Formats: sequence, C-alpha cells, structure tokens
Amino acid sequence: MGNTKPRSPKDAGPRTPMPEQPADVRAGNFKEVALGYSVEQALIEAERCLQCKKPLCQKGCPVGIDIKGFISKICEKDMDGAYAVIRESNSLPAVCGRVCPQETQCEGNCILGKKYEPVAIGRLERFVADTFMAKNACESITGTQECSMTQEGRKVACIGAGPSSLTVAGYLASKGIPVTVFEALHEPGGVLIYGIPEFRLPKSIVANEVAAMKELGVEIKVNWVGGKTVTIQDLQDQGYDAIFIGVGAGLPRFLNIPGENLVGVFSANEYLTRVNLGRAYDFPDYDTPTYMGKNVVVLGGGNVAMDAARTAKRMGADSVSIVYRRTQDAMPARLEELHHAIAEGIEIKALCGPLAFNGDDKGNLVSMKVQKMCLGEPDESGRRSPVCIEGETETVPCDMAVIAVGTRPNPILLEATPDMELNKWGYIKADPETGETSIPNVFAGGDIVTGAATVISAMGAGRKAAMEIAKRLL
Amino acid sequence: MAYKILQKQELIPGQTSLVVIDAPQIARKAKPGNFVILRIDEHGERVPLTIADKDPEAGTITIVFLVVGKSSAQLNALKQGDEILDVCGPLGKATHIEKQDTVICVGGGTGIAAMHHIAKGHHEAGNHVVAIIGARTENLLLFQCELDGFCPEVLVATDDGSVGHKGFVTDLLKKRLEEDKSVGEVVAVGPVPMMEAVAKVTKPFGVKTTVSLNSIMVDGIGMCGACRCTVGGETKFACVDGPEFDGQEVDFSELKTRLWQFRNQEQESMEHYKKECCCGKH
Repeated sequence: MGNTKPRSPKDAGPRTPMPEQPADVRAGNFKEVALGYSVEQALIEAERCLQCKKPLCQKGCPVGIDIKGFISKICEKDMDGAYAVIRESNSLPAVCGRVCPQETQCEGNCILGKKYEPVAIGRLERFVADTFMAKNACESITGTQECSMTQEGRKVACIGAGPSSLTVAGYLASKGIPVTVFEALHEPGGVLIYGIPEFRLPKSIVANEVAAMKELGVEIKVNWVGGKTVTIQDLQDQGYDAIFIGVGAGLPRFLNIPGENLVGVFSANEYLTRVNLGRAYDFPDYDTPTYMGKNVVVLGGGNVAMDAARTAKRMGADSVSIVYRRTQDAMPARLEELHHAIAEGIEIKALCGPLAFNGDDKGNLVSMKVQKMCLGEPDESGRRSPVCIEGETETVPCDMAVIAVGTRPNPILLEATPDMELNKWGYIKADPETGETSIPNVFAGGDIVTGAATVISAMGAGRKAAMEIAKRLL
Repeated sequence: MAYKILQKQELIPGQTSLVVIDAPQIARKAKPGNFVILRIDEHGERVPLTIADKDPEAGTITIVFLVVGKSSAQLNALKQGDEILDVCGPLGKATHIEKQDTVICVGGGTGIAAMHHIAKGHHEAGNHVVAIIGARTENLLLFQCELDGFCPEVLVATDDGSVGHKGFVTDLLKKRLEEDKSVGEVVAVGPVPMMEAVAKVTKPFGVKTTVSLNSIMVDGIGMCGACRCTVGGETKFACVDGPEFDGQEVDFSELKTRLWQFRNQEQESMEHYKKECCCGKH
C-alpha cells in the first residue's frame, strides 16, 4: 500500500502541471487543449494526497465521489479499481474530469490547498477515466456488472440526454432497471455535445460514455422531443414507473438593445450549436454553415462566453474581445478558462456595458456601442457594483457579436405539462431532497430546475433523483 | 433508426418534390401548422420543413419542398425506399383554429402545400374554407386537386393567365374581401413578399391575418434563437412562439434580411455538392 506512510502537507511537493498544447498552436485548431497526465505524472500527483481521515474533498463533490479511495487505487496502480470507485457515484467521469469547476468543489476543499496547492483531483479523475476507456470500456463494465436486466417488470423514462438524465440512466441501469432516454436533438449528450467545444471536451469522450451506457442496456431514442413527440401523459399511459425530466435551461436570453437582430449577431447557443453539433468547423464537408466573423465581440463573462470567444478565434477571427460590464475578477467563468482565453489572444474589455449594435444599410453588423463603467460605492453586501461613467462611450468595430448572457426556461415541455408546478422564475419546482415534481413519480433535475448551472450540479441532481427512484422501485 | 421514404413524387421536375415519410410517432401528433426538422445524413444540416399532410393510421407524414440549395438538392436525389437519417417533430405551435364563418387560405408556390394542412384543419373544424392559390404559370400550381377535395371554393391566379385570374393572389383576395363580409380570418403561406402583400391587402378590412414564417433555424426547439423575428416590436422565436404570427405585426423586411444571412455559404455548399456529384461520391 503506497498510502499508509504518514504524510505531512509540506512533503507533498508542487502540483503536477497539466501538459497542454502551446497557446499559439491550439488557437488554430479544435483539438483538445489539455493533453492529460501520463501514468508517471498521475502517480506523482496521486502520491501528493494526504489520505485525510476526514476527507473534505468528498464533501465538496456534488455527487460525493470517494476521492481518497480512487486516488489510493491509483497509488496502488490499480486503475480499473480506481475507475470502479469513481463509477460508484459518477456516471460520466471522463466528462467531469474535464469540465467540473474543481477549484470551487473538491479541490477547493483540499487541505493541501490551505497552505500549498491542492491535489489535482480533476486531472486524476480524467486520467483514470481515459485510461479505462482506452481499454474498451464496454467490455470492462459489463464484465464487472451484471448487465442482464434483472428488473424486467420496471421501466423508467428520461427526457433529455444531457448530464442529469445520463446520470439517472447510468445509475438505474447499473441497478438492473431498464431506462429509455428520449432526446430531442439527433445526438445524445445535451450541452456536452451542442455547447462545450471539442477543444475542451472531445465529442469522442461523450460518445464513449454514452456507448458504455448503451452497453448497460440503456435505450436512447434521438429526435424525440419531450412535450411534442412524446408527453409526460403518454409516458405515464405507457406504464413507465418513473419519469425524469432533464431538458436543460433552454432559450437564450438577449440583451434587448437596439440592433440585436442585425445579420452577424448571434446567441452563444446558436454559434456553438452550429460549430459543435453541426461541425461547422468542417464546412463545407459538413453542411451546417456558420458566420465567419473577422472582428468578433462576445458579450458575457461566464464559461459560455469563454467557449464562444475561443471558438471564434479558432474559426479564424483576427480579433476577439469579451465585453463585460463588471471587472475581470467578477467574471463567473472558471479561472482556467479565462486564463486559456487570454493566453490565446482574446482581449478582455471589462467595465463595458453594451448599449447598441450598429448596422450598415444592408442590415449587417458593423460596430457596437458600449458604455464605460466604473466601480461605485460598496452596497449593503459590501460589493462594489459597476455604475455608468456619464457620457463615456466607445464604438467597437465588429462584424460579428455573440451574446452569452444566460438562458431562460424552454417552454416546450412546460406548456405541454400544465399541471406541473413551476417556481417564480418559471423553472420546474422539484423537491430538493428527491427531485420529485408536483406530479407524483415525475422527477426533474439540472438546469430546468435551477436555471443555467454546471454539468456536475446537474449530475448531482440526477443522482439524487435516481437514488430515490431506485428506492421506490426496488 | 432512420426514416424511410415510402413515396416520392416530383411535382415540378427539378424544382419541387413531395415525399411521404414513415414516421409514426410524428404522424400521431402532427397538427396543422407544425413542422419537422430533418437531416439527411451524418454530414447533413438540420432543415426545417412544414408538414403538408399526415396519415396517423398509416404512420406517415407528407413533406413538400422546393429545391433551393444543397440540402434540398440532396433530398431531391433520394428515391422511394431510401432513408433519411433524422426526422424530428412535430415542432412549432399548431395553427390556432377557431370556429369562423369563412376562412380564406392563401398559398403561393411551395407554400400551397403547407397551407393545405392548415386549410384542412379549418375545414375539419367546420369552417367554410376559400383557398386562393397562385403561381407563375399553370404547371407550377401545386395541390389544386387536394384542395378541390375539401374546399368548397378554390380560386386560382397565375402571373401569365394560363389558368384562372391573370395576376396575383392578392387581387383575388382583395376582391373577395370587398364582396364577402363573412370572412373571419385570412391565412397566408408562401414567399415572404407574398405574405407581406397579403397583410397589406387585409389591413384596411381589419380582418385577422395569420402568416407562417420560414425563418432560418438550427435546432427548431427554442435553443438557439436563429429564427428570431420582430413581431409587434418584440423579438419572438419562430420555432417555439410561432411559426404563425399576426401578419400585421411582423417586420417582414427584417425577416427578408435575416433569410439571406448565409447566402455565400449556401452557394459554396452547393458548388461543393455539385463537384462531389460529378466525382460520383453521391
């Protein structure tokens, strides 16, 4: 056992850096930026873990992965064992190892991080999942699990094939409960497919995770729109014992400023869906076109804004700037994403609020007008909010603008299910402990309950609902 | 699961075709005004097309499309028995059908097929349906027989006068509105200039005017806002708020501009397709 020796934080050594494609190279391609640990790097990093008696990292994980358990398996060089530990609580480890905000979750709680650098838990999770996937995931999974459907009389439906639904499906399938997933788009994965770009989360990783799930007996039906092709009532009539709704946040918000419908102005959802789901980066080999802006402005400060900006850079833009009304430190994006964006040559225009888009006589975007802001007096919470600097505006030339300021609830399923109670923001009201909605045995989780949040929080909600469903059915 | 073409008919050779697609789950739910998004193959784009008819018992939907670009040319190259990779629907809000004395359904070009499903819905609700259809010339008229099957009146206009009234559908519409005070609603489906002209004609009569917008779409389920249009000064999404809107409220000129936004890429895609066709790749 490599982990029985006593350790002290000061012996842990520095955090093992993640190998990356150089910024100047990657800004010209769609290949994954972070390359992943080698076995040697993973072993060195795993040895840094103190194996705390009371691990706080696990508390910081929305799905409660036994983190020190899987790291201990890495130290023993038992990578299958490490994978099995992660899979007990996480259905999509290769995805989470890449896109989770570990700095505010597991790694944010790591004791080492109090004085030194936290263990790179996300990178280790990714290493374990990739190592496992590389040696034929399906066979290994079915070899260690009883893959026959032991609960033939039961069935569960999931609407949407994003992170929350896939978590529900993966968990229940591992318990032998047949699950059918209804996905509206032509490819399963939800935001992992249409939203998060290839260079951050390769499509093949998602496809592998989905394939592993199919191997467990999960049926995935694409082109089935919840609320249109199939309704909650239909599924109840067809005898599904439980239904999980994980349809995502939905409609993009716009800014409601003049010129928003000019040619060249896009929602981040449209731009990213064209490039990711539609593979517009391979146009005309793939048929979906996208706009090829030369001077691109992205509005917003979250991860989606970073994704859109970095995508525009890779699509050949000469200049990309992110316009944000608060300061750079106030951006909700993960620090890693922000740093990657800046390293790739993306300009951050902080303290600028959008005022209007300007077009030419043909209706094409040519520039945008922004309002200069400064930080005002601290408010009751002690935070300094941005306020306009009277009369100070700037015109930023641009032929393409991408709006990434969040989403609002998608009405399709909600309108088709008028009995289901919604909260005051129009999202589905679900029990925080079980995920159950106002309709018995109908559960919901992820962005359609919370509004836009993270992949892992959606998975956490999926896991809670799945455990409750399993409890009721088994 | 792919979607089989059970029947294929070239209505206007090289220009407009009809396909009957095996899609029972869509046929069961399809209502007038709904559309589908289809994708021909792994490299295909998502294309929105209005449902022209359905047969829930046979489990089929009928789509009529105009050959305008790469995807529609590729679709037109498919034959009976071939498969389409993805068909998703029914999408969009169904036509709001209420009891009226008389409803005039105006269709132009390929829009006649889409209008046909709406007219049928009004007919089934017990409304007196007057269909007004138009094309450049007689052999470009679609769905006249189908409309004759249930509409008590089908009025025809052709630009060259080869059949029916010589002139535009709007001439016939205006005349009818002047003579007939029982008209409760006018529905128009067709090219944007036609729908705009219909709204202009109906305005002085104050009659409810519904138009069906054919905006560019990507997902068709409200996620992207590509199809946004200005209706009554507000931004609406054609895919989930429409595709049918009050014709008096629609900003048609913005719609026209937005329909052209990928013109260069559409041409490039078509040239790429022709080149591949010549090499025998398709």
